[in-house]
Amino acid sequence: MTVIQKKADNPIAHLSAQDVETLGAELDAIRADVVASRGERDAAYIRRVIDAQRTLELSSRALLLVSLFPPAWLAGTAGLAVAKILENMEIGHNVMHGQWDWMRDPKIHSTTWEWDHASPSEMWKHSHNELHHTYTNVVGKDNDLGYGIMRVDEDQRWVPLNLGQPLWNFVNACFFEYGIAAYDLELGKNWSSRKDNAEFRRQGKAVLAKIRAQMTKDYVVHPLLSGLSAPTTLAANTVANLVRNLWSHSVIMCGHFPEGVQTFEKKSIDGETRGEWYLRQMLGSANIEGGPLTHLMAGNLSFQIEHHLFPDLPSNRYQEIAPKVQELFERYGLAYTTGSLPRQVASAWQKVIRLSLPNGFFDKLKSVRTPTAAVEVVAQLTGTRPPTRERAAA
Amino acid sequence: MTTALPIRASWREATSALRDGVVKLAEYVATPLVPADYLDLVSPLRSGAALRGRIVAVEPETAAAATLVIKPGHGWRRHIAGQYTRVGVDVDGVRQWRAYSLTSPLDRPDGCITITVKAIPGGVVSNHLVHRTRVGTIVQLDQACGEFTLPETCPAKVLFVTAGSGITPVMGMLRNRDDRLADVVVVHSAPTSTDVIFRSELGRLAANGHIRLVELHTDTDGMLDAETLEELVPDLAERETWACGPVGLLDAMEQHFEQTGRATKLHTERFRPNVLVTGEGGQVSFAKSGTVIEVDGVTPLLDAGEAAGVLMPSGCRMGICFGCVAPLREGAVRDLRSGDLTTAAAGDGVLIQTCVSAAAGACDIDL
Repeated sequence: MTVIQKKADNPIAHLSAQDVETLGAELDAIRADVVASRGERDAAYIRRVIDAQRTLELSSRALLLVSLFPPAWLAGTAGLAVAKILENMEIGHNVMHGQWDWMRDPKIHSTTWEWDHASPSEMWKHSHNELHHTYTNVVGKDNDLGYGIMRVDEDQRWVPLNLGQPLWNFVNACFFEYGIAAYDLELGKNWSSRKDNAEFRRQGKAVLAKIRAQMTKDYVVHPLLSGLSAPTTLAANTVANLVRNLWSHSVIMCGHFPEGVQTFEKKSIDGETRGEWYLRQMLGSANIEGGPLTHLMAGNLSFQIEHHLFPDLPSNRYQEIAPKVQELFERYGLAYTTGSLPRQVASAWQKVIRLSLPNGFFDKLKSVRTPTAAVEVVAQLTGTRPPTRERAAA
Repeated sequence: MTTALPIRASWREATSALRDGVVKLAEYVATPLVPADYLDLVSPLRSGAALRGRIVAVEPETAAAATLVIKPGHGWRRHIAGQYTRVGVDVDGVRQWRAYSLTSPLDRPDGCITITVKAIPGGVVSNHLVHRTRVGTIVQLDQACGEFTLPETCPAKVLFVTAGSGITPVMGMLRNRDDRLADVVVVHSAPTSTDVIFRSELGRLAANGHIRLVELHTDTDGMLDAETLEELVPDLAERETWACGPVGLLDAMEQHFEQTGRATKLHTERFRPNVLVTGEGGQVSFAKSGTVIEVDGVTPLLDAGEAAGVLMPSGCRMGICFGCVAPLREGAVRDLRSGDLTTAAAGDGVLIQTCVSAAAGACDIDL
């Protein structure tokens, strides 16, 4: 993919400015419908999910007290992994988006929620809600496009470090919560700037404190409470965190990386209207098809398109409005990017692997006949050597 | 004896250290939540929990009023007759707080408290409480408060002037009266006899000679004014008075007591006004920074605050990220997107998105 503005077959060329604003008004109407009908049913839903998650986590941890007994280990580990996924995806992410703030319950509120994750909620809300959701898929503005460690768009500059990005991505998937914390901290930028940055030091301390509390809980206190089962409980908690990391990484990769998702030029969002903002969200996100369980475990980010259009609507409503949103896509001649979880994960990984090499690497390589020419092409594509005199003259 | 004391002291130290240790361990186990979040799953009314109550009965009083019997959590402290409590109830999924007078005797054997609610036309919370409350519902509570109470040494002659649901704090006092309240007159107004809350109980109190009751029906008798009151209660000038009812009645009472030089002998209880008058824009004060500005009805409070130099939290400035949320301590704001009105009475602290909210009357923001 390449930024939409440079595409030969620009997928929004057929829409006039008026069309885009009408589209925006139709989306506003969908939003208004949900807001007007939010009520007891929704409140009961999130309270039920929270109660179920806490009950599952408590009972799984209780089982793990005797994790020396293999069936207890298996059931406890599975239960804890599911509880951790629910807590991060359907509860934490969505509560911190302010999806449930309308209930005015201080215990289920974006300003008071803290989640089972290495990144403190305050920092995550800034980098995710303010930056990613505002600048979605704008190359150079939205750091979620590759998290600063990968190249996921042709218009992102290739550097030799990208060769290793399939590996970085796998490592990031395994330790995803720490990756997110480092990302929210803008670790790379702040570290290399070597400035005496008081804000960075304050946030760094907060992250370390959060990580310490999280690790003490999972890797010290709960194992010790298990007595003889300490080693197996330690293993169980490690596996549960790993499973949660791999799962959330996969779901989140599917949101913006699969084939078909569009990206945008930095200057294209100058003076962007509400309608244009909506359009960018529609084209910059991708859904996952699946059953009710998939949606619940994905925190309804399987409706990433609907979530990006209306980040603050209750997650249980995305599925309900999806048909209306899809109908708008059809009517306005836009592509609603969706697919099964395996397909979308594969598509995202394919892109990570393909873009680890410079643009058009294979095409150019195919045209090469001699070994010296091959070296030449590689050198040029990767920018590792200046162009030869002949080519420069040409 | 000489050795017992140090042993007892060290035992106390040991148990308190053990308790602290257990609490600390529970915090480690529960992080990033707190142990209370898990305990709330099984025992929301336990001691140490946020103050809540469970509704155990809803008893109709009139067609438009009902008494809610509430089993309060262990943290509930005894109230003083005449006081009110703030009740937080979820209506259509939204937590709403209102203040209601406590009407129960202090020594109820079941330890329950009661509030008596009259459904106001269009009232979101009162209609829900009277007509749609389900037994078993958990409500949020605050400790009782309010100055509308009888003094330690009671005056010899007392007058209660009430109208409508204004009878509720007075009934709280009458049900907890003791021998000190010997000479009591109750002048109570309601539209018709069927609208009188606690009618039979008031009748019994009068029949038994505990009170002299004057029941007025505004549909036929008109609104009570000071002259009528002087006629009905000839020794008015000798009576210390407690009045509770609509704004008009209280204003008239205050004026009368002011004119007769007895302002200190009148105690009034004002409930929140039913209708909050809202204009376009208004005076906005930021409590923490002490800034006060005039704002029009179209400027987001975030912009207005920033322009006035208030340190405002902010985020996307389009109403999606909730980075700008701040508590509205009191006042009214309008959601610029929907035109919806959000109001807060003192103590509510309703969280609002300042980037999409404009003043709709005077507002006090906790920033």
